[in-house]
Amino acid sequence: MNMNVETPKEPVDAMTFQLPEELQVKVKTRDVNVHYGEKQALFDINLDVPANHVVSLIGPSGCGKSTYLRCLNRMNDIIDIARVSGKIELDGLDIYDKNIDVVELRARVGMVFQKPNPFPKSIFDNVAYGPRIHGLADNKTELEEIVVTSLQKAGLFDEVKDRLKDSGTGLSGGQQQRLCIARAIATRPEVILMDEPASALDPIATAVIEELIDELRQNFTIIIVTHSMQQAARISQYTAFFHLGYLVEVGDTEQIFTNPVDRRTQDYITGRFG
Amino acid sequence: MFGSLLILLLILSVAGFYLGRRKAFVVAGGKRSQLHSRPLYHGLYVAALVGIPTLLLSLIWIFLQRPVIDALLLQSLDPKAIAGLSVSELSLLKSQIKSVAQGAIFGDPKPIVVEAAERLTHWRVIANWAMVATCIAIGLFVLIATRSKIARLFRARERVEHVLDLLMIAASVLAILTTFGIVVSLTIESLRFFDRVPFLEFVFGLNWEPQIPIREGQVTGGGAFGAIPVYVGTFLIALIAMLVAIPIGLMAAIYLSEYASKKMRAIVKPLLEILAGIPTVVYGFFAVLIVAPAMRSFGAMLGVEIAPNSALAAGAVMGIMLIPFISSFSDDAISAVPRSLREGAYGLGATKSETIIDVLLPAALPGIASGILLAVSRAIGETMIVVMAAGIIATLTFNPLSPVTTVTVQIVTLLIGDSEFDNPKTLAAFALGLTLFLLTLALNVLALRIVRKYREQYD
Ligand SMILES: Nc1ncnc2c1ncn2[C@@H]1O[C@H](COP(=O)(O)OP(=O)(O)O)[C@@H](O)[C@H]1O
Ligand SMILES: [Mg+2]
Repeated sequence: MNMNVETPKEPVDAMTFQLPEELQVKVKTRDVNVHYGEKQALFDINLDVPANHVVSLIGPSGCGKSTYLRCLNRMNDIIDIARVSGKIELDGLDIYDKNIDVVELRARVGMVFQKPNPFPKSIFDNVAYGPRIHGLADNKTELEEIVVTSLQKAGLFDEVKDRLKDSGTGLSGGQQQRLCIARAIATRPEVILMDEPASALDPIATAVIEELIDELRQNFTIIIVTHSMQQAARISQYTAFFHLGYLVEVGDTEQIFTNPVDRRTQDYITGRFG
Repeated sequence: MFGSLLILLLILSVAGFYLGRRKAFVVAGGKRSQLHSRPLYHGLYVAALVGIPTLLLSLIWIFLQRPVIDALLLQSLDPKAIAGLSVSELSLLKSQIKSVAQGAIFGDPKPIVVEAAERLTHWRVIANWAMVATCIAIGLFVLIATRSKIARLFRARERVEHVLDLLMIAASVLAILTTFGIVVSLTIESLRFFDRVPFLEFVFGLNWEPQIPIREGQVTGGGAFGAIPVYVGTFLIALIAMLVAIPIGLMAAIYLSEYASKKMRAIVKPLLEILAGIPTVVYGFFAVLIVAPAMRSFGAMLGVEIAPNSALAAGAVMGIMLIPFISSFSDDAISAVPRSLREGAYGLGATKSETIIDVLLPAALPGIASGILLAVSRAIGETMIVVMAAGIIATLTFNPLSPVTTVTVQIVTLLIGDSEFDNPKTLAAFALGLTLFLLTLALNVLALRIVRKYREQYD
């Protein structure tokens, strides 16, 4: 990392960027700060995520991308020392409000993790798990239908249709990750958070997942953390660049990669640090 | 003598290590990368070849020395003097000679004995020195021979690995042989028992009264050896114990791994583990003096008659004793479930209890099962609590409120007193031991099967 980079003293206003008027804002973040104990991990984050688009979060490791992502489904609640302040709205609803049911929130905002983490259950039960705990199916046929369509949307069905009873952990890495995507889709979320979903996969499996993400955009809003700038360029319409806990710059993916405004963004995408 | 020999051999192999390593350095001529194996392995190779064979030789020598010398001693006695002596008289004479040789002289030993004792002492000294000399000579020879083999391309590393292989195999063979020996001796003694008591009576008999008359005219029971009541008692107490231990232990484990704060955990976990360190005698009198009377008066309030000795009191206290076995194993297993699985479940909107029941417990099942298995074996093998709280009378009953007894308790009562191993009463202990062994073995195999099947399905 280049140590000459000036650490930002004053929070940079990333809000100079305005989404086009006609886009519906799905997730709205205002002045979000996150502390892990004494240490502050995010500083005054402001970001609007449009519905049915893919937004990439990029930046050097440790800059707070995962932390931001985990604010959106309140996953940070599990971490004792994490404290979140500020306002995050999902369709205008404050998700940190006292009356919010976290269980319901997490059903609306699904998550796919960096390492594929299928449950030690059968492929079918993995996908059926969310619908079961949220009571989304009235009977067995309905449940089967949800499982099958979720697997189809995740592009996995043809590969596993003869062994739905086999263990989900017996699949290859790429298949496991698509299983996790199917599992997330099955609860019919509105937003899907993905934290470096392809970083543990080989190039072919990665290509399959990228294609999949592009299709999923029809029905879901997707926020994805990625280490690969090519990937961000390929799959996302908007890109946000994080640096040392600050959201430095947001914009059209093309603009960020061809004509970044901030020095730090420029340095990062030209590979000067990170 | 043997002790000093061991020290000498140790010194010799350490010397072999340094000499071998030095030689390797010299052979390499300053360029260590030219050696096939690092000097360390050359040294280890020499040390192993010097130490292990000589150690084995000295052990074999020690085992053979006594019978050989005994035989020689017998031959050297004047044939006329021992003519007409019976076998037991001969062995008496032999032990007389030995105690004289040791310097313990009672009364006025016969000249033939004194003479033989002197010979014996002499031979022993010779044998000991011969052993030391042989071992050291062989050790030195091996040291020089193997050291001269060290060369640049000598594959010492592979050979050391090979020696280690053999050592590991020897260790496991030793463990297996011990088990095998126990089973064989149990089986042989049990067969002697089944000579006297029919096998079918033992396995299917409903009456257990092992107190048979030892002296003539003694008034005792009839001597019935039907083991069913004893096994039913064992099963009943173990069942009660597990009914107490499994739910409490499992819930304690879940609390510790998922709910307790770090501080709380640091306090509660050691406290729970203290339970495992309390001697079982203490549990025994806790059961007799506190639990059983409390149960009796509680039962009296409900109008239920509870015997002073009851399976319930013994089983419940045993269950408390077994809580830490289950909680500790399960806590480790649950804590070892990767964080990513937890987050996967929470990320789907699962509640804490849903996550625990649907994801954590299944993933931790193999570890939990081994804890339960260990606890069951302890419950079946536990003796002291049962003697004190449940009794030693074998009655065939499934009623937890009445006194029962268990296999291990019966083994103890059968072997108390100094009767010889030639009557059904004492031999019955072996038959009980053998069946207990087979039962726990079957239990283990079964549980392993279940765990493996579950694992294949879900892992
Ligand atoms: N559970 C945690 N406890 C304490 N500090 C954390 C925790 N998770 C993340 N952090 C800290 O917060 C900062 C941002 O981390 P993270 O959001 O994981 O970065 P990124 O995903 O961009 O690599 C890092 O400095 C990291 O050390
Ligand atoms: Mg991260």
